[in-house]
Amino acid sequence: MPLPRLIPCLDVAHGRVMKGVSFVGLRDVGDPVELATFYSAGGADELVFLDIAATPDDSDTMTSVVVKVAEVLDIPFTVGGGVRSVEDASRIIESGADRVSFNSAALANPQLITAIADRYGSQAVVVAIDAGGGVVHTHGGRVATTTKVIPWAIEAAERGAGEILLTSIFHDGQRKGFDLELTAQVRGEISIPVIASGGAGNARHVAEALRITDAALVASIVHENPAGLPGLRRELEELGIHLRPAGERV
Amino acid sequence: MSEVVVVDYGAGNTHSVRAALTRLGRTSFVSSDREALLGAERVILPGVGSARSAMQHLHETGAAKALHERFKSGGSMLGICLGMQLALETTEEDDGVFGLGLLTGHVKRLTSGRVPRLGWAMVEPWDEAYYFAHSYAGESPYTVATSEGVSVAVQYGPFFGVQFHPEKSGEAGLNILEQCLSLA
Repeated sequence: MPLPRLIPCLDVAHGRVMKGVSFVGLRDVGDPVELATFYSAGGADELVFLDIAATPDDSDTMTSVVVKVAEVLDIPFTVGGGVRSVEDASRIIESGADRVSFNSAALANPQLITAIADRYGSQAVVVAIDAGGGVVHTHGGRVATTTKVIPWAIEAAERGAGEILLTSIFHDGQRKGFDLELTAQVRGEISIPVIASGGAGNARHVAEALRITDAALVASIVHENPAGLPGLRRELEELGIHLRPAGERV
Repeated sequence: MSEVVVVDYGAGNTHSVRAALTRLGRTSFVSSDREALLGAERVILPGVGSARSAMQHLHETGAAKALHERFKSGGSMLGICLGMQLALETTEEDDGVFGLGLLTGHVKRLTSGRVPRLGWAMVEPWDEAYYFAHSYAGESPYTVATSEGVSVAVQYGPFFGVQFHPEKSGEAGLNILEQCLSLA
């Protein structure tokens, strides 16, 4: 198995990073390109950009962010939000992203998973599942569907998804730890890797997740103190989680 | 510094490789033109798209023939990910596709661990971690490096291929990219 991955997630709207509270030591606060470079230098294994305001007429803004990020970033990155068609995925990947992530569009049109995988390979396809009470949610967790999480994860993998980004909507933002039970359950049913998401409050929480799954998505704990990413990595090492050896460049 | 030609597969993301070349102070352009492929001092076969459509495009544009000519005349070439796999004889991907056959070897679907194999993994004997994103891997007598038992680098004549993505592997990746481009 490759080494476990620590993946900061940046929420982007209209070309700016929206979450994140105090970006200590950064000049251009909230600029996705600058933050991406900073996290990469701090030892992030990968990055995820979620276009949280994605609308069809705003897609050019995100595309230009992708182009700029691809120019400076020397680690892989995934772009989610606003992927509704193969054309959307093509636009993002051919602008320089390594992978695309999508949730509602996959539910509405599961064949989209296969279509994108056929064109760019499974490794480029991340199906995001927002899970709560055993069912899949859409619209940022606000709308519950009748689709059950586990069968949907199995179907997504069978249709060609290369990874599942599994967010527990009840744990998200609570900072009390990941939903380990759900993560283990889903991962146990499929043979593709699973990124745990939602609930990271400290290094111990991240370590717990990385002991049972392939990668952990983190947001607020790194956004509040971007300069603390190398420290988080060191804490994880002390907790027995061996990440990639990365020279700190910050 | 000489220009690097990144071979055009007709679709996909060549930005990352070109951005990495820019970071190394090298200029590059994307082409499948015979003259360009034969004249270039450095050629990179990038790692994008699916095996079948990439090979189809290489044949249609005449790039496959040009790459054979280049190889025979000793012109160096670096294959990355799919670009390394396509240099071998066959791949199981897309129900079976013939590669360029520059060197002996076959590409098979990974059968152990999570597939796709995603993430950073140590490569021996180089003792560095690089980023991988693949569901298939080559098996070749010309293997020069492995990762968790998988062949991840091959070298034969003027061809050098890596399964990982040096353009996505931070400083370690840039270092190996520079070394590969300086070979031969």
